[in-house]
Amino acid sequence: MNSRSHYDVVILGAGLSGLAAGVRLAHFGKKVCIFERHNAPGGLNSFYSINGRKFDVGLHAVTNFVPQGVRGTALARVLRQLRIDRAELDLCEQRYSRISFGGKSGVSLKFSNQFSVFETEVATHFPNEVDGLRKLVERIKLTDYSPSAPVVSARVVIREFIHNPLLEDMLLCVPLFYGSAQEGDMSYSQFAMLFQASILEGLARPFDGIRPLIKVLLDKYREGGGEKRMKCGVKKIAVKSGKVSAITLDSDEEITADVVLSSIGALETEALLDYKEGGSKEVKQDVELGKISFAEIISVYKNQPSDLGFTEETALFFNDSERLDYSEPKDLIDLRCGVVCIPNHFNFGGERKMPEGIVKVTCLANYPKWAKLSPEIYSETKKVWYNKMLLRMLDYYPQCSAESLSQSLVQSDMFTPKTIKRYTGHLNGAIYGSPTKNIAGVTSVGNLYLCGTDQGFLGIIGAMLSGITMANTHILTKGVEA
Amino acid sequence: MTNDETKKAVLDIIADIAPDEDLSNLKSDVKLRDQVQLDSMDFLDIVMELRKRHGIEVPEAEYGRLASLDSCAEYLTPKFNALEAKR
Repeated sequence: MNSRSHYDVVILGAGLSGLAAGVRLAHFGKKVCIFERHNAPGGLNSFYSINGRKFDVGLHAVTNFVPQGVRGTALARVLRQLRIDRAELDLCEQRYSRISFGGKSGVSLKFSNQFSVFETEVATHFPNEVDGLRKLVERIKLTDYSPSAPVVSARVVIREFIHNPLLEDMLLCVPLFYGSAQEGDMSYSQFAMLFQASILEGLARPFDGIRPLIKVLLDKYREGGGEKRMKCGVKKIAVKSGKVSAITLDSDEEITADVVLSSIGALETEALLDYKEGGSKEVKQDVELGKISFAEIISVYKNQPSDLGFTEETALFFNDSERLDYSEPKDLIDLRCGVVCIPNHFNFGGERKMPEGIVKVTCLANYPKWAKLSPEIYSETKKVWYNKMLLRMLDYYPQCSAESLSQSLVQSDMFTPKTIKRYTGHLNGAIYGSPTKNIAGVTSVGNLYLCGTDQGFLGIIGAMLSGITMANTHILTKGVEA
Repeated sequence: MTNDETKKAVLDIIADIAPDEDLSNLKSDVKLRDQVQLDSMDFLDIVMELRKRHGIEVPEAEYGRLASLDSCAEYLTPKFNALEAKR
């Protein structure tokens, strides 16, 4: 028994929240080890290569962009807490993006990293609503994000200020697609966090995608003396007298820890718990299984997107049904709404440009339906839906032709809800985890805490803030108040 | 350790925590928070860095003693010296 490794803190998952928590804990002298089942770090925001070509998994954009010198925001806080020099991230701003609803006769609202652009668009298309928007924004800026804040519906709060249902859907669209685990709606605080992050602050991208960000975190973690074990997940957490007593790794090795911080999800963590002493599971608050999953196609072109007929926009959020239906689709994929992202269209500065054109299209997808397909049918079905999603995207870029795209295509890839399940371990392929968020991160097991998706700070910066906040609150400053 | 050395130690910590702040013209007798944007997370980091780098413990009830550089020096210099005497 004495030969078992013991850590001050064990972290489950080397995603952005786990890594950020690890950086903090290692920096302040904790003996900490991160266990990650996969060979690449990053979790939901990881990377991979096909034929030597690098792909990002999740990244459309890093939200929460504020110009250098703007303080007191989530980005500034994360950089300070992790001692990251902002220049290391090489954040390049978006050009502009567009929310386009209702097809050809519909409404488009552009937004950029200057909120005034969006405000002017709303004033033009919804002149009676712009005062309401300003008041809503004031409300968003004053949002209480503490664990004790009551959970209310975002739609209910938006309706206090906005009366046009189309605008209500358009305001919800970006926050929903960039982080809602809930169907049709989201909690007001989650909406406020994501609206602030994406519309009031802004979108950016490191020139080389997610890799440099993960590298910075790994370097800091290593400098602090943190350990990590890749390709080695945790398969069992033994609980005795309400506390974690031992942790069994995939390798069957058993280790111990004073505190366990899990980023793998609430239900996913719960499934690992093994209650000793014949005790039955304690009564827990019900955690709902997430149903929101995505499919995404990624096309790599020889030409720059603007030479293929794409507009200069960075992202497009589209919907052509009467009301935005953000829910698990009835079919394998719902083509009525989605997101297009063109990574080339960030301002990389000077002469810098990505060597190839990349276009991503993301739509809601149904996990159970994808999971049921046999392997042969699965790859055939992917091909069919790749084309359907591509054609859907072309509806919004009339200057592009399917023919010129196919001539320029050098590589394509697609992920489905099944891929998400395989690489993130999220039950049901639920990209944003459970709709039930645990802002305090406290579980029924005394020394087991949650961080990451199911804790509920969202987006890339939000995920890091989640790891930081949970490490600070439950480990570094336990019992200490500022 | 002199008061000036203590102030330097505190400034070094703040410079690492908040590299985006200009610390060149700080007034010693004015509250740090009135001159530099430091939130509660940053203040806790100053306390934790004091422990990490210098082995100095600041109990929660005495955080107020870190308000300005002068009060830091007055409060921390004896602690630094007590630690040195032990070595």
